[in-house]
Amino acid sequence: MSAASLPRMRTTWIVVGAFVALVIVLAVGLRLNPSEVPSPLIGKPAPQFELPVLQDPHKSFSGKEMLGKVWLLNVWASWCVSCRDEHPVLVEYAKDRGVPIYGLDYKDKRADALQWLRDFGDPYRLSVSDADGRVGINFGVYGVPETYLIDKRGIIRYKRIGPVSSELMERKILPMMRELERE
Amino acid sequence: MIPEIGQFALSLALAVALAQAILPLAGAARGDAAWMAIARPAARVQFALLALAFACLTYSFVANDFSVAYVAEHSNTSLPLVYRITGVWGGHEGSMLLWTTLLAAWMFAVTLFSGHLPEDMVARVLGVMGIVSAGFLAFILFTSDPFTRLLPAPPNGRDLNPLLQDPGMVAHPPMLYMGYVGFSVAFAFAIAALLSGRLDAAWARWSRPWTLVAWMFLTLGIALGSAWAYYVLGWGGWWFWDPVENASFMPWLVGTALIHSLAVTEKRGSFRSWTVLLAICAFALSLLGTFLVRSGVLTSVHAFAVDPRRGVFILILFAALVGSSLVLYAARTARIGLGGSFDVVSRESSLLANNVLLTVAAASVLLGTLYPLALDALGAGKISVGPPYFDAVFVPLMAPAVFLMGVGPLARWKRASLPELAVLLRWALAVSVACGVLLPLVLGRWSPMIGLGLALAVWVVATSVVTLRERLRHASSAASAWARLRSTPRAWYGMFLAHLGIAVFIVGVTMDKGYESQKDVRMQAGDTVELSGYTFRMIGISKVQGPNFTATQAQIEITRGGRPVANLYPQRRIYTVQQMPMTDAAINAGLFRHLYVTLGDPLNATTWIVRVQVRPFVSWIWLGCLVMAIGGLLSATDRRYRVAAAIRRAGAAEIAVAQAAR
Repeated sequence: MSAASLPRMRTTWIVVGAFVALVIVLAVGLRLNPSEVPSPLIGKPAPQFELPVLQDPHKSFSGKEMLGKVWLLNVWASWCVSCRDEHPVLVEYAKDRGVPIYGLDYKDKRADALQWLRDFGDPYRLSVSDADGRVGINFGVYGVPETYLIDKRGIIRYKRIGPVSSELMERKILPMMRELERE
Repeated sequence: MIPEIGQFALSLALAVALAQAILPLAGAARGDAAWMAIARPAARVQFALLALAFACLTYSFVANDFSVAYVAEHSNTSLPLVYRITGVWGGHEGSMLLWTTLLAAWMFAVTLFSGHLPEDMVARVLGVMGIVSAGFLAFILFTSDPFTRLLPAPPNGRDLNPLLQDPGMVAHPPMLYMGYVGFSVAFAFAIAALLSGRLDAAWARWSRPWTLVAWMFLTLGIALGSAWAYYVLGWGGWWFWDPVENASFMPWLVGTALIHSLAVTEKRGSFRSWTVLLAICAFALSLLGTFLVRSGVLTSVHAFAVDPRRGVFILILFAALVGSSLVLYAARTARIGLGGSFDVVSRESSLLANNVLLTVAAASVLLGTLYPLALDALGAGKISVGPPYFDAVFVPLMAPAVFLMGVGPLARWKRASLPELAVLLRWALAVSVACGVLLPLVLGRWSPMIGLGLALAVWVVATSVVTLRERLRHASSAASAWARLRSTPRAWYGMFLAHLGIAVFIVGVTMDKGYESQKDVRMQAGDTVELSGYTFRMIGISKVQGPNFTATQAQIEITRGGRPVANLYPQRRIYTVQQMPMTDAAINAGLFRHLYVTLGDPLNATTWIVRVQVRPFVSWIWLGCLVMAIGGLLSATDRRYRVAAAIRRAGAAEIAVAQAAR
């Protein structure tokens, strides 16, 4: 090998090294889910709340009533665009599969929320209105929609930020729910 | 039945691709003519099989066969026919089928236009492409089969994503993929040259037209995607530095460097190892783009459904293809000759500097795209890298590149004289600096970016004029000037046009960024709003029924100084099947400005939020890309490639005759 080609050999190995590093980063990246943000609430009891029921504001509903059941709390709002994306999924799973989904209508006007449910269908066993967003703050809501999976003891076991897809339902949420039912 | 035929055709195509990958390469290595001769028929059969599979999927879409899961997910009986056809590539599985079918189309083209090449070169090129094709066919068959049945069939499909129900989407993916996949030809030529050890001017001449055509398609594909985002996403942005956009932009930057590097290798024999490396990188980045888009490792506006097996498969394919080529390159690099030497001031060094700038630009886009992922992989938290980073990195890299672009065509090969260049270019420099300083003042607002942008655009035009004048310097009369112009090769006009296209593009970006104006206003029937001398008046709101959507439509009358300009009808649509709201912006397009009106949210039954925009010169952005693409096409069809091919074919025939006579 001539002296002149030595620097070129070095550049070549730099390129190969950079490529190997790239592949490693991508391989690790594949194992991560970009939209999964760890929540400090997982494994902790769900914040207590007692809020008026959306359809009938004279009644109120408290999270305590759900003790002993595995259920989903879905945070939604009529002003939220991505909620429209996930809505058909929720309707499908609530109607066809009987998944218990409860809605937290976040920082919304009652009339808008009711109209929205009329327009797009109502997947919720019941929705409560969190008009000023206080309960949302306790739950650490930072982007609507969010979905919480709460177990029989009232502990948050899983949290999804962003729309729920039917794939997520099948792969993650439903299997977890089945397992929690057995506990 | 039809979907099963498609699936069977895909399986057969995989078998043929494996044969095409193994036998011709082995034949070329052993010097076995019979094995090498398999390459061409194998590639043609593969193309026929993939065209059949593609036709089967298209048929399932047209016939509303919802027993095919992919059709059920991306179509609907109320979807207009044209979108049922383009729905074929509206999702992951179909996109990959389109990718592979286009790869087979490129292979077919290679079999048609390779008559002048030595047999072992053809065998190696098609063999390498066969490897790529086999990898992607296996990917489709094992992880993304578009023909999987969904039984019992649902009565109707879930409809195509409304964002994709647009004429821009009809052409954007095929064009983009033609570009991505087209770089596989340059890649295959580079690997073939490395394998045979013949990295010479002939190799560069063979791969040049292929690279140019791929580059042209990629340019058009990116421009179409950007235009689509501009008028479909509804807020008038045309480039977002989104990971998926970056994925198409990186191969473009490296591909641009590659076509210049190939030119030097062909003309002067220099830059050989650079050229090979760029050819490998251009295709590697195309593969990386496919990986980024299809594996879901990055969040993006192009949210695609994610199946982890797919990401792993493409990553392995990417690592194997690119890794083995880099190892081959490393093993052979010592044997690659250096080629002609050149001075610091020469056309070679200006092209080299430009290539370095383009490559660094591509690397910085790669860094910005992957940095959030790398941080996340290291457990260092989640961040996103946005336009400020890219803008800050890009302008300092591209400004000198555009400056050198003006100098390069005037500099002599091997050694140029700086004083001579200075004399040639002093007027161009003076004019562009003057324009950069004065034009923005005339236009009403001066900022450093507007000044820089306009100066660079004028610089490109002025240096092009100087280059043209130099061509005609010794022409004594109009007739001899005309003769000179006619004898100038088409490739030169290609370069000339492509560089002017850059100028047009820069004008578009600078004027739009510098002088766009917009207002968000609440309007009801009878209200008016003034913007940049135009008066927008809301005439009224009505309901409109589309084939698969219902819409609220506003009528906006635009006048200027009391004279009518246009009536625009922006809509808010709700697509009935997916219940997805869409904004359909209305645009009055002109060469020098777009009037862009979007209907926002209703405040009450009669009052709506309306966004009005005046976008000066915005269409020049895509016009510039179109001019560049035409330049690429002109260069690719240069007479030299055809004549050289014809001569060699005639020569080969003579030799054959001589051998037969002996």
